[in-house]
Amino acid sequence: MDILDILFSAAFWAATVRIASPLIFATLGELLCERAGVLNLGIEGIMVAGAFAGWIAVWAGLPLWGGVAVAFLVGAMLGGVHSVLSVPFGLSQHVVGIGMTLLATSLTFYMYRVILPEVSSPPKITAFQPLDIPVLSDIPFFGAALFSQTALTYLAFLLAAVMAYVLYRTPLGLAVRAAGERPEAVATQGLSVTAIRMGAVIVGSGLMAIGGAFLTLSAFDSFFFEMVNGRGWICIALVVFGAWRPGKAVLGALLFAAFDAFQIRLQQTPMGAFLPYQFFLMMPYILSILALIVMSRRADVPAALMVPFNKGER
Amino acid sequence: MATTVQAPPALCLANITKRFGSVLANDDVSFDLNQGEVLALLGENGAGKTTLMNILFGQYTADTGSVSVFGETLPPGKPGAALRAGVGMVHQHFTLAANLSVWENIALGTQGIGSFVLRSGQVRAKIRDLSARFHLDVDPDARVSTLSVGEQQRVEILKALYRDARVLILDEPTAVLTPQEAQDLFATLRQAVEMGLSIIFISHKLHEVMALADRIAVLRHGRLVATRTRAETNPDELVSLMVGTAVDRHDYTPRTVGAPRLSLRNVSTPSTGTRFGLNNVSLTLHAGQIVGLAGVSGNGQAALSDVISGLITPSGGDIGIAGQGITEWSPRIALSHGIGRIPEDRHKTGTIADFDLTENAVLETYRDQFSRRGWIDWRGARAHAETLRETYDVRTSGVDSRIRLLSGGNMQKLILGRVLEQSPQIILANQPVRGLDIGAVTYVHRRLVEAAENGAAVLLISEDLDEVRKLSDVVHVISDGRLSPPIPRDDATPAVLGHWMAGNGFEGEVPHAS
Repeated sequence: MDILDILFSAAFWAATVRIASPLIFATLGELLCERAGVLNLGIEGIMVAGAFAGWIAVWAGLPLWGGVAVAFLVGAMLGGVHSVLSVPFGLSQHVVGIGMTLLATSLTFYMYRVILPEVSSPPKITAFQPLDIPVLSDIPFFGAALFSQTALTYLAFLLAAVMAYVLYRTPLGLAVRAAGERPEAVATQGLSVTAIRMGAVIVGSGLMAIGGAFLTLSAFDSFFFEMVNGRGWICIALVVFGAWRPGKAVLGALLFAAFDAFQIRLQQTPMGAFLPYQFFLMMPYILSILALIVMSRRADVPAALMVPFNKGER
Repeated sequence: MATTVQAPPALCLANITKRFGSVLANDDVSFDLNQGEVLALLGENGAGKTTLMNILFGQYTADTGSVSVFGETLPPGKPGAALRAGVGMVHQHFTLAANLSVWENIALGTQGIGSFVLRSGQVRAKIRDLSARFHLDVDPDARVSTLSVGEQQRVEILKALYRDARVLILDEPTAVLTPQEAQDLFATLRQAVEMGLSIIFISHKLHEVMALADRIAVLRHGRLVATRTRAETNPDELVSLMVGTAVDRHDYTPRTVGAPRLSLRNVSTPSTGTRFGLNNVSLTLHAGQIVGLAGVSGNGQAALSDVISGLITPSGGDIGIAGQGITEWSPRIALSHGIGRIPEDRHKTGTIADFDLTENAVLETYRDQFSRRGWIDWRGARAHAETLRETYDVRTSGVDSRIRLLSGGNMQKLILGRVLEQSPQIILANQPVRGLDIGAVTYVHRRLVEAAENGAAVLLISEDLDEVRKLSDVVHVISDGRLSPPIPRDDATPAVLGHWMAGNGFEGEVPHAS
């Protein structure tokens, strides 16, 4: 009875879409990197850095979209470091990625203390407000669930469509996919594998940072260190879940978000009274793992994922 | 084909020199490819053909020398330059993305990277047109992973033609093809020449070279040793130019057959996937004898090889070594009983690509011969590798270089040395000369015969009937996981073997040479 009430409330679906938004940005970013053949484990740290950079830029007086742009640039810069180490230097992508996460997280903490040495609780900003889409938001139920979100959420879904278009309908996207499948094919056709891979990592990292910035600029109005809270790692799994396809990855993000929104509401039902709340927190992760097992049985992993490409090696 | 004196050569390589460390891969190589000509580039593995092509395509930069296409000099080290000048290359190992479609592979890099639309309809139409004109039948929308090897090669050729290549370079194109596919390829190439293309054909198969080429350039140890027109040369001369000496064609002398060394009795293994298992196979290998195993690939050869090398234990039947039944069976036990293995795939199972020669040389023996109280005796191992290098003529810059840098022939010589230096009782030689050049083939064969003469029991598994018939004392045929009765060397005619290999069962006419 309670469960049905939850599923039929517009607020539940609105929360699902909202919770999915940062995951969509970061998952698309990771997907772009992996399609080009680079596993970017810096995602968690880049999201933290993006969350902080966007927020502090707005706090310092930039408009909200300025904050989004700053987050993208900071992510792109961190991605630039990652890409130099992982692409032309061909270092282990696991080590580079974990290193980037540690570096980005620590650097964020450091910057926070440098900029705000005295504060005990982080200052608030005025975040993105829900934007009712004319006409569509008036549709009963669906209007409240889907078309009364913030601008960044709409951007996330738009971005998924753009990403799918670029990957499958442009020469650039073809080159990116080929770089992740068979870099030799790219090189023998006279394109630079290095440039394509570095570009993908830089842009992808920028998107991850916007995912982080969503948390401070749209979902909430301030910055806390624990706020990214493993979302980056979830996105790595979502890319696999989505079989490296933008559309499926968005579905995965929505599914995870639905589990998350569901468990929060379930905690408030009578069931929440006798089950420890940690059990509910666990739910989305367990369900994600199960879904991952089912979905990724025959996923098409990019054949050259994590394989460095060195010109002239035989 | 008449060419006017004024026409610049389609391709001109002038004084190309390239060093890798202390190895001179190309030493002052110069030649021209005339327009409308098929030039064969002939040379053993490791003669420098591939390096030369990589220089032409800007993958490597030459130390000295220059490349020009239709009179225009190419900038060195720019991978796109040769492509743009109209030179297309079909690599020995295809460079296709398996998860992409045919048209995507062909379109890759041909449209401006900043363009917002991938004109797929246009690409498909042009592919269909080229397919029709050059008899290269392939579906533009097929995924490359679903294509046969022959079809994938057609895609590679289409890739070059799509870019309006006027010079086509094929690196050992027939190595991966069935005879029928090779015939189709030759028809396509003749068609291409008629349409005005110029072709460089890299190979070490002499009959192909003689069938297709107008001129033949021979490389040896990185140097261009001769250029001949087809009319003024013959296969024998080409062989001696390639390997530097007249090839030693060993003759068969009957060997004395000794005691049984390895016996399989009614051995069966389960089938896995498309691979046949063994079905009630009985086989005895005797000292001093070479047993040939003929068969179409995938009929149980792999299972038999895995059983003998200890990788799988039979689900039924017995293994006996020197008359003694064996109860436990593993690769280590197989090694300890003196089984030396030349694996089918030297890259995947024969060597570890990023280990150096020393490490690869002691892979099977480091535990007992090259360790002291649990520590590896690197000095001994290195000395051992040096010995192998000298004794088995492994050409390399040193035993510290990674084995991936060796050509196939040199890698195989190291594996051969690794096996033979242990004076094995039993030698399992699975496709020992696949992909090797003539010089290396002769060398490996001579060594195997010597080993048999010295008392080893040799099992030679090969898909090459000529090889089996040339070396073996007795021949078995394997088909659908079943093993034929042994046929003596003289009765093993292609007619009989072929009949059995085709899966007609082993009954019927008793093999007799007519």
